[in-house]
Amino acid sequence: MNTETTDTTRPGTIENGGGSRTRAVVLAAVQGLVLALVVLPFAVLGLVLTLLSLALIPLGIGLVTTPAVLALVRTLAATRRRLAEEWCGVRIPVVYRPLTPGARPWTRTVELLRDPQTWRDVRWLPVDMTAGFVTALLPAVLLLYPVEGFAVAAGLWRELAGDGTYWYGFVPVSDQPTALGAGATAAVLLVAAYRLTPALLLLHFRLTRALLASPEGELAERVRVLTETRRDAVDTSAAELRRIERDLHDGAQARLVAMGMDLGTVEALVDKDPERAKLLLAQTRRASAEALAELRDLVRGIHPPVLAERGLGDAVRALALRLPVPTEVVVDLPGRAEAPVESAAYFAVSEILTNAVKHSGAGRIWADLHHADGLLRISVTDDGRGGAAVGAGSGLAGVERRLGTFDGVLAVSSPVGGPTMVTLEIPCVLS
Amino acid sequence: MRVVLAEDLFLLRDGLVRLLEAYDFEIAAAVESGPELERALAELEPDVAVVDVRLPPTHTDEGLQCALKARRARPGLPVLVLSQHVEQLYARELLADGSGGVGYLLKDRVFDAEQFVDAVRRVAAGGTAMDPQVIQQLLARRSGDEQSPVSRLTPREREVLELMAQGRSNTAIAGKLVVTERAVAKHTANIFVKLGLEVSDDDNRRVLAVLAYLDRDR
Repeated sequence: MNTETTDTTRPGTIENGGGSRTRAVVLAAVQGLVLALVVLPFAVLGLVLTLLSLALIPLGIGLVTTPAVLALVRTLAATRRRLAEEWCGVRIPVVYRPLTPGARPWTRTVELLRDPQTWRDVRWLPVDMTAGFVTALLPAVLLLYPVEGFAVAAGLWRELAGDGTYWYGFVPVSDQPTALGAGATAAVLLVAAYRLTPALLLLHFRLTRALLASPEGELAERVRVLTETRRDAVDTSAAELRRIERDLHDGAQARLVAMGMDLGTVEALVDKDPERAKLLLAQTRRASAEALAELRDLVRGIHPPVLAERGLGDAVRALALRLPVPTEVVVDLPGRAEAPVESAAYFAVSEILTNAVKHSGAGRIWADLHHADGLLRISVTDDGRGGAAVGAGSGLAGVERRLGTFDGVLAVSSPVGGPTMVTLEIPCVLS
Repeated sequence: MRVVLAEDLFLLRDGLVRLLEAYDFEIAAAVESGPELERALAELEPDVAVVDVRLPPTHTDEGLQCALKARRARPGLPVLVLSQHVEQLYARELLADGSGGVGYLLKDRVFDAEQFVDAVRRVAAGGTAMDPQVIQQLLARRSGDEQSPVSRLTPREREVLELMAQGRSNTAIAGKLVVTERAVAKHTANIFVKLGLEVSDDDNRRVLAVLAYLDRDR
């Protein structure tokens, strides 16, 4: 897909008209300059810190600092990926292995070091500060160097050359004819810049992609992630089944056995001692009501009735009605998602709302559900004290893992002092 | 009193028919699906309908939708909805038109035949019969809020409030709590003052006022 005309796929340069081409050339030069002078120095910093931190691992200090340093490197890589996509339309697939929530720093260090993507990130840093630097700077140089050439041709050569010879590129300038030669070279360079600049920036991002993306390609990464999330899904559903089995066994099933026994006793007593038989019958009726209540709770935990009957929107509304904190629910869903997605979304929202009620100290909660561009997006906002984080044992990490099964993502914005906004997105179609 | 009954489980439908007949109700029709219920309600014009929320063919909330539709076609048609679970969401939909003659109970409540039949009669007479679970949910939420006047009620007053919100008359409340009717009247007066509700003799409006109070801020 990335042939010579790839730059035309960039927004704003779709027509190949002269004006837009010039704009694209200048834009690429400026972007390259920004990359080389503003963004790249961070690569140096990242590399130095990483090497330092890794070197300190034998001393133990590195075990504590490495997660933070690698987080910085990830941020750098993420920034570059974003720029690649925004500036040149180069998509760099990225998949990090999921981290165990709430792990200690050294466990985290080991996890990070075992992720091949971490090593790709680190390997990218030295290449980025050398070859990356050149490819980023070149567009700007190609555009600016001809300016000097024209200045030389216009008479600046007198100042620069003095009595000797001034070299403009490979052209020795010592008098007006040679200066004009420099001017001609500059013109050629300008033409080259006009043709090459966007391609050079593209080259820079391709280089970045070659280093940052997995060599096995996007597909392999995808397989890896799917394997991980499938394992999570299997684990959680197995645990869920065990819980249900235990609840049935210890709860409703035991009560039904007791009721059967009581009814047997009633049968024996009904002629001899009708009074006691009546008493036992009343007790049996109470036990049956309790068994029903338990079954009801169990069903609610597996698949809430309102969800089955009305779908996600009304299920969340019904949930909100049971919360002690006033909760406003806005639903804009033109249809229903597949049952597993609905269920996952419901339990995620349920967990998020429970969290908000328990920990945020909020006086009001807003839940907003809508579907656009193939994404089911749900945000829960509260006016509480904030400070919620995915890894802080808040239950949000569990939500994130479960959503992973559906390619869903969770984002938490919760500055200390509030407000907290938790957003989740699941790709799905409505029917 | 003529009843139309809708329940898809044969055993429960059969049980309900026998129970209601034992208490001298006339079963105009006992149906098992939404479309049949719709037809029966339109053609037979019963005094009260007893309806399961979940009915074929969709097995979702077909019964509730039929009941709401029938009440739109014939305002005030008494409907008692039974369900395996009770949700405030559904209770609110039933109470939305404020005209009374609605009930919403857990299926478990048929275990206590007399109370259940009492609920059917109350609904048929234009009163309300809300499941204690709905009321308890509402009360639990309101009393969790310390600024709510509900938290200022005495335990006895809360009991009276719960029964009142379910749709019971002072006489019934007195019977249930084993106190005199005058005591109940005193409690209800206190409750109305504490909650800032207008006193009303009309049972149905009294319930709606209580529910509206418990449900406000939503």
